[in-house]
Amino acid sequence: MKVTRELVDSVAHLARLDLDAAEREAALRDLTRILDYVDALSALDTDGVQPMSHALRLQNVLRADEPAPSMAAQDVLQNAPERKDGCFLAPRAVE
Amino acid sequence: MTAYEMVVGLEVHVELATRTKLFCACSAAFGGAPNTHCCPVCSGMPGALPVLNRRVVDLAIATGLALGCRITRHTQFDRKNYFYPDLPKAYQISQLYMPICRGGSVQIDVGGARKDVRIHEIHMEEDAGKLVHDPWTDRTMADYNRCGVPLLEIVSEPDMRSPEEVVAYLEKLRATLQYLGVSDCKMQEGSLRADVNLSVRPVGSEALGTRTEMKNLNSFKAIARAVAGEFRRQVELLQDGRAVRQETRRWDDNKDTSFAMRSKEDAQDYRYFPEPDLPPLVIDEAWIERVRASLPELAEAKIARFQRDMGLSERDARALTAEKPLCDLFEQTAACCARPKDAANWVMGEVRAALKARGLAPDALTLAPEALARIVLLTAQGSLARDGAREALQAAMDASPDAPLDVDAFARAHGLLLARDDGACERAVREALQAFPAEVARCRAGEEKLVGFLVGQAMKRMPGRGDPRRVSELLREALRAPDA
Repeated sequence: MKVTRELVDSVAHLARLDLDAAEREAALRDLTRILDYVDALSALDTDGVQPMSHALRLQNVLRADEPAPSMAAQDVLQNAPERKDGCFLAPRAVE
Repeated sequence: MTAYEMVVGLEVHVELATRTKLFCACSAAFGGAPNTHCCPVCSGMPGALPVLNRRVVDLAIATGLALGCRITRHTQFDRKNYFYPDLPKAYQISQLYMPICRGGSVQIDVGGARKDVRIHEIHMEEDAGKLVHDPWTDRTMADYNRCGVPLLEIVSEPDMRSPEEVVAYLEKLRATLQYLGVSDCKMQEGSLRADVNLSVRPVGSEALGTRTEMKNLNSFKAIARAVAGEFRRQVELLQDGRAVRQETRRWDDNKDTSFAMRSKEDAQDYRYFPEPDLPPLVIDEAWIERVRASLPELAEAKIARFQRDMGLSERDARALTAEKPLCDLFEQTAACCARPKDAANWVMGEVRAALKARGLAPDALTLAPEALARIVLLTAQGSLARDGAREALQAAMDASPDAPLDVDAFARAHGLLLARDDGACERAVREALQAFPAEVARCRAGEEKLVGFLVGQAMKRMPGRGDPRRVSELLREALRAPDA
């Protein structure tokens, strides 16, 4: 896969990253090297190999439906830049 | 002019009736002071790890079994990335590649025709927080209590062709979910929400037109109007030689029209990938069988039983099971009074009418089955007339569920009990006949409509309330006897 400047810009926008010109060039270079490295896998025959999404041999990690205390509301709001009536206050997002 | 038909598919979100959230032990109860049902997991603190709630998987399997779906044996969660203040993690944990259920169907009856609406898939995901616009600061207030509450998203195939079919599908699906105990399905609390995908095509065409998705539908009535309105809008566009744009639209029920929210061009790229924080989920035969063994009796089984054991018609049995709160009331009332047919008529007739008059949804019903059973019984015995019984029903519906109405005491106190005493009835009939000799003569000569007048006159002469049936019987007997 070829990494283009447009792709870098698009991915940066999706991640809400504000990159300057030098950072964009660096990202283009790094992403190209990373994908080239991973491309080495394409040389292997993976027919009949189940795709794997986790490296650990874990499955069915579950808990019972038992409530436990939540955090105190003031702790939840501790990192809120602004708050009102127990809510986080965010830039206008609803119509 | 070309005739068009609509092609509709639904995405229904239901909040599951669990005690805790999908991935943490915070309460999943509706409401609560803002941000009091939050913890590091559901408020997106760095380093917090989700752990799956076993009950959610049980409820998803139960839903899949009830709808005839295939249960995916090896499944996992996926991460859907987007930035919006309703989601503090900046991603929603959902299922894209391996939904827990596939296939299945919901059987509907519309206008006497039976039809299967196919299910495409059902997946598990977490709900988002609640956003409210604050007009004073012109900003958005975020409450994350609902964040992480478990949802099932039930995606139908585009198999519906009319607003009636859409509503029938939703009603059947809601009843099934309620019988299963999967969700309370309260639309007013957002625990059942539906998005409508709709396109139009010339009748007879097999190809699908461009579809729009409509959101913000908060009642079955609004959905029916939205479907009819969007169908009209798309047909008008095509008849004007214009094209339908693929976009998301918001239905405004007050304006009876929909507005474009976002179009395909700025559609989001969610960059889904397998959720790294949750290991795969493997569902074996034993797990499925355990859930199957715990399934309650569902609507179709109830319909069969009501016909077989209680002598109801299929039509009544279907109507009764359509809404679980009414069906529960019927079953309990019938058990108390042992008159299933009368109980069915009362629930489908007077109780439903009284709910409608009060503007209440069936799930807001608090009527005690014991009280209704007593009303049914007294009416059937002729001790309560229709209007007296209605009065008692209103009082029984007003009573708090903790202190149900004593129907007998109420009827006595309000003089609703009918005089069954033949002596009093006979006296009243005799007095009425003596007071109107000319009318009596005309009645005997065959003027049938005057009988009602004489019954009314006799009723007026009763000391308490007369039983109109008994009075009428006695009056007719007296008219037949030549010497009265």
